[in-house]
Amino acid sequence: MIEFRSVTKQYADGTRAVSEFSAVIPSRKTTVFVGSSGCGKTTLLRMINRMVDPTEGVIEIDGHDIAATEPVALRRSIGYVMQNSGLLPHRRVIDNIATVLLLTRVPKAEAHARALELLDTVGLDRALANRYPGELSGGQQQRVGVARGLAANPNILLMDEPFGAVDPIVRTDLQAETIRLQRELDKTIVFVTHDIDEAFLLGDQVIILEKGATIAQQGSPEEILANPASDFVASFIGADRGKRRLTVSADVPARGDDVLLIDAGGYAAGVISAPGGKLASGSASPKSRSVSNKTSQAGDA
Amino acid sequence: MDWVWRSLPMIWGLVVDHVAVSVPPIILGFILSIPLGYWASRSRVARAILLGLGSVLYTIPALVLIVVLPVALGTAILDPQNLLRALTVYAIAIMVRSSTDAFSSVSDDVRESARAIGYSGVQRFFAVELPLAGPVLLAGVRVVSVSTVSLATVGAVIGISTLGQLFTNGFQLDFQIEIVTGIVAVLIVAAVFDVIITTVGRLLMPWNRRPARTRASRRPAGVTA
Repeated sequence: MIEFRSVTKQYADGTRAVSEFSAVIPSRKTTVFVGSSGCGKTTLLRMINRMVDPTEGVIEIDGHDIAATEPVALRRSIGYVMQNSGLLPHRRVIDNIATVLLLTRVPKAEAHARALELLDTVGLDRALANRYPGELSGGQQQRVGVARGLAANPNILLMDEPFGAVDPIVRTDLQAETIRLQRELDKTIVFVTHDIDEAFLLGDQVIILEKGATIAQQGSPEEILANPASDFVASFIGADRGKRRLTVSADVPARGDDVLLIDAGGYAAGVISAPGGKLASGSASPKSRSVSNKTSQAGDA
Repeated sequence: MDWVWRSLPMIWGLVVDHVAVSVPPIILGFILSIPLGYWASRSRVARAILLGLGSVLYTIPALVLIVVLPVALGTAILDPQNLLRALTVYAIAIMVRSSTDAFSSVSDDVRESARAIGYSGVQRFFAVELPLAGPVLLAGVRVVSVSTVSLATVGAVIGISTLGQLFTNGFQLDFQIEIVTGIVAVLIVAAVFDVIITTVGRLLMPWNRRPARTRASRRPAGVTA
């Protein structure tokens, strides 16, 4: 569990990136910080591994104040995945993944063996191990970035807009992969994004932030969608524009048991199955989220 | 040509002396410019001062520097180390700019990510920033190497044995073959240095060449045809 208690970050010039932020991030769940650029979400994330130190307030991991932990040691114990992968261009894939292990003086052979296993974990071919990052596609680099974040088997994985720079199809794959990994490995994931759809897809808990990292609303995607706390939230999740309010299309004939759904703006939004003219219903829980089953074929991702 | 063949042992001796005079300033200039360039890449003020100073130093004529430097440092005019000091000053003057560019060329993303995954400051410098600055540093050393090999000939004027002696002798005796021989010998030494430096660079930085090659090889057949 990660706990922020009245955390403030004020820079020397007086700007407050984060102001009196308090929140609890539960273990073994995915928490997403979502907000527009400049809202302080990345600063919050970087405070967890002491890339940024708060000017006031306390951050605890499992009850221990992280200010008492040496920053370099803390960072090595927490996985970190960033946009554009942040891989070291002069190290082969296998060495990139093994970086943290090598920094903590794990014997090289052991570190490399673990790195190869991690290639499997993130759905990459072991043949890529000896390539340099510049020889991989954007999606592959991002997967290597995730593998590197997982290498030291950390309990916590921080992800800073990790899929912001890849194309939509690859992004969908990587999102599905993240859900799968979280389920299989049981990590505490803290994820930062400006994409509300990504936040709702990945988050068990979603924290919507306004400027200065003020919490606009905090809750499960279902709670937020069903009951936006303010006009800001309604606008941010698209509810005010009717993007989230779907109706069955009257114009387009249903094909089989599927009927077309349109949003309030009149745009096609999806289909829903309606066997015998009756709408299907399901319960909202992370297990029911649809996960693409094509994720094992990541070769050209 | 006859003269060249007969004088080969003497010329070879001068080549050896010339190399011995040129190598230390190149290495010293390289090593000293690394902390200076790193500093200049991190601080705007340091950058302005160091790069300005570098440009000014480089405009001082070599002969003047060799004469002035002993006065400034309080050493004897004919101290053989004066040439080493002067050549090192020139090497730093050129190299500081390359070194600054080299460290500025390391992407902030990579720097930050190295920090985020737990490199300490010193580890990050040696394992991430220095190697990634490598290609631009290499380009700088190549310029320094050529410049030093050619400047070292000035040593002959203050009585230090270098290939420059072929120039001074040739002028005194009005013997053109000796002068031309000196020029060719200097060119060959500079070329050999360059080959050695680029080869070492290629061995130390294997990642540097690969992307270009694979991009070319991945291009679909038809496109290049």
